Amino acid sequence: MSVLLFTLIVLVGALLAGFLGSLTGLGGGVIIIPLLTLGLGVDIHYAIGASIVSVIATSSGSAAAYVKEGITNIRIGMFLEIATTVGAICGAIVAVYLNPDYIAIIFGFILIFSAIMTLKKKVDHSTQDDSSKLARFFKLNGSFPDKGVTQTYAVKNVAGGFSMMLFAGTLSGLLGIGSGALKVIAMDNIMRLPFKVSTTTSNFMMGVTAAASAIVYLHRGQIDPGIAMPVCIGVLTGATVGSKVLIKTKTDKLKAVFAVVVIFLALQMIYKGLSGTM
Amino acid sequence: MAETRKENLNDRDIQVILGTLLRAGVIISMSIVLLGGIIYLVHNKGVITDYAVFKPELSKFSSIASIFKGVLTFHGDAIVQFGVLMLIFTPIARIVFALFSFLIERDYLYVLIGIIILGIITISLNGGLAH
Repeated sequence: MSVLLFTLIVLVGALLAGFLGSLTGLGGGVIIIPLLTLGLGVDIHYAIGASIVSVIATSSGSAAAYVKEGITNIRIGMFLEIATTVGAICGAIVAVYLNPDYIAIIFGFILIFSAIMTLKKKVDHSTQDDSSKLARFFKLNGSFPDKGVTQTYAVKNVAGGFSMMLFAGTLSGLLGIGSGALKVIAMDNIMRLPFKVSTTTSNFMMGVTAAASAIVYLHRGQIDPGIAMPVCIGVLTGATVGSKVLIKTKTDKLKAVFAVVVIFLALQMIYKGLSGTM
Repeated sequence: MAETRKENLNDRDIQVILGTLLRAGVIISMSIVLLGGIIYLVHNKGVITDYAVFKPELSKFSSIASIFKGVLTFHGDAIVQFGVLMLIFTPIARIVFALFSFLIERDYLYVLIGIIILGIITISLNGGLAH
């Protein structure tokens, strides 16, 4: 395939991945990797390198808006970034020793898990109980503006959340994705943060986490400009358009349809991994 | 009371500057990627791609030094990679900025946390980890 044709196909795919990823909350990375590997026969190492670059672009872009609104809890974000960056570097280092077939299988399972998570109805676990000593020590309890009213919240189980973030960071580094689904579990269910705070703070952390593993990938030659260029331009543009549309449309049906497509892609990744043809 | 209000105002300012920094970083680095991409396509459009097998030894720009050298030659792929490098450094610059703002707020615990994160990232900059 010529460079021009390859770039155009990847660009269109990345636009779509970014658009749907932002509408459904899955993120562009988890969609662009199956597109590149299954659709275009690109080696998974290159796909991961390109995807991680697009994760930095989209998360930094949307984090910019959220931070300005004052919803993001910068202290929680930075505190947990210790865990995610350590995890990300470990994951990126392990990735080189791991057979691409195994990476594809792990990727498939995480993809299925993330798709199911987008369908589950979210339950707000937020609390005012500020009895956690660690949360007070690290000044994690906070407040955010919600329709003109300031809502306060307290953080629970800091150690549990930190461990989960270590895991989320490792998968992010291993697979080249933002692993937003895992980060939100750590913050919603374990640390009991309100949704708005957990989703925006998770987004805020993604950039630094992805940057840590991207540096390892860059040194290993996994970031190829020919693939990274159309992927990051496409995903960022698609995600930007998606976030504008998101405000106006109901996405429940779209999420369900999309989850089925994603699970199909995931099963194909797992099948290819198991049959040793990745 | 007056004291806490002042602190909130400070946090607010930091949030606005952080947001602007992130946005500027993304816009600048993506413009560089786009420019490099156009140059790359003009010169290489007919070349046949081959990404089926991962060949790290063929990678021309897999260190910061080689990217800087490449940019001086005005090759499209080098400019794209330079944009990617700028993009990678955008969230890192955000940590450096946050570190200084916590220093101004005299929140030394978070200055320390910022230093720890930068330390972890510096370790990853050590190319030896990649092999």
